[in-house]
Amino acid sequence: MSSSEATLTDRAAVHDQGAKPSGQPSKRILVGYGFWVFLLSDIIMFSAIFAAYAVLSGATAGGPSGAQLFHLNVAAIETACLLLSSFTCGLAAIAAGVRSQQWTQLGLLVTGLLGAAFVALEVREFAAMIAHGAGPQRSAFLSAFFALVGCHGIHVSAGLLWLGTMMAQLYAKGFRADIMRRLLCFNLFWHALDIIWVGVLTVVYLLGAGQ
Amino acid sequence: MSEASQHAQLSDAAPGDEEEYDVAANVRSYVVGLALATLLTVASFWVLHTKLIWAPGIGVALAVLAVAQMGVHLVFFLHITTGPDNTNNVLALAFGILIVSLVVIGSLWIMANLNHHHMPMNEMMNQLVPLLPGQQRRS
Repeated sequence: MSSSEATLTDRAAVHDQGAKPSGQPSKRILVGYGFWVFLLSDIIMFSAIFAAYAVLSGATAGGPSGAQLFHLNVAAIETACLLLSSFTCGLAAIAAGVRSQQWTQLGLLVTGLLGAAFVALEVREFAAMIAHGAGPQRSAFLSAFFALVGCHGIHVSAGLLWLGTMMAQLYAKGFRADIMRRLLCFNLFWHALDIIWVGVLTVVYLLGAGQ
Repeated sequence: MSEASQHAQLSDAAPGDEEEYDVAANVRSYVVGLALATLLTVASFWVLHTKLIWAPGIGVALAVLAVAQMGVHLVFFLHITTGPDNTNNVLALAFGILIVSLVVIGSLWIMANLNHHHMPMNEMMNQLVPLLPGQQRRS
């Protein structure tokens, strides 16, 4: 960013935010920052589950290992769904920035459909594993797998509920300041989930299949 | 302190906020981010199947690619920058990374260490049983 004075003041005017005369930041900045801190704490929670998975990934108790269970094709499609949904979510945020109801709703809808496709693929994968006797009770490795991937899946599902709520609120209430703040937080949440998925894909699927 | 930097100190940016509402520039930033992320993901899958990389190095290569992709997401999607309006966001992120690495590296380290010193269960019982009162020594 070219942090010239002109850009900063323009920006404050466009956003109706920036510094107030007292130096107190606007509510949008405070809310965004607070949610950012929450997301970081959520990522720290995930890091504990990642650590548990990494420690237990070899403890198959004579059961199936990752290399036998994981289908990299499915993981690749899941990755594509989540990455594209992160992209369309960003486009929806841009559309909301210029107050275009149509494009925002379209962007959010595509985001939701891609997210739902991701969850559907993951549920199918889990169901197939459990049907083959590789459920979470089979071994410590599988317990850790279902805890880690399931926790991410639950986050995505909760995100989908939030997304539906945001679409309804945006439709009913328009681009009010509070709705825009919620949209900002949703965006942060969705992008953070994609970052966590990068870790899941690498640690669980790619490293697991490579063993 | 120059007037511009004073101004910069007063004004913060929320994480995820675009820098200005120039639609074309913002869309371009997301397209670049998507392209880079796709490239890195494809590279991760490629690394797994290629014979070009020494096999024990594949894990390291995958980790590097994953960290790079997380960086791409942070910069192009979450708009965490090194700009003066982003100092708080970056500091919070740095603290988060510190805790995450402590948790992950610390857990792996101590568990590997315990595994290394771990005594198999039957061996431990053989050594403990003669010490218990009322037990005959199994020869």
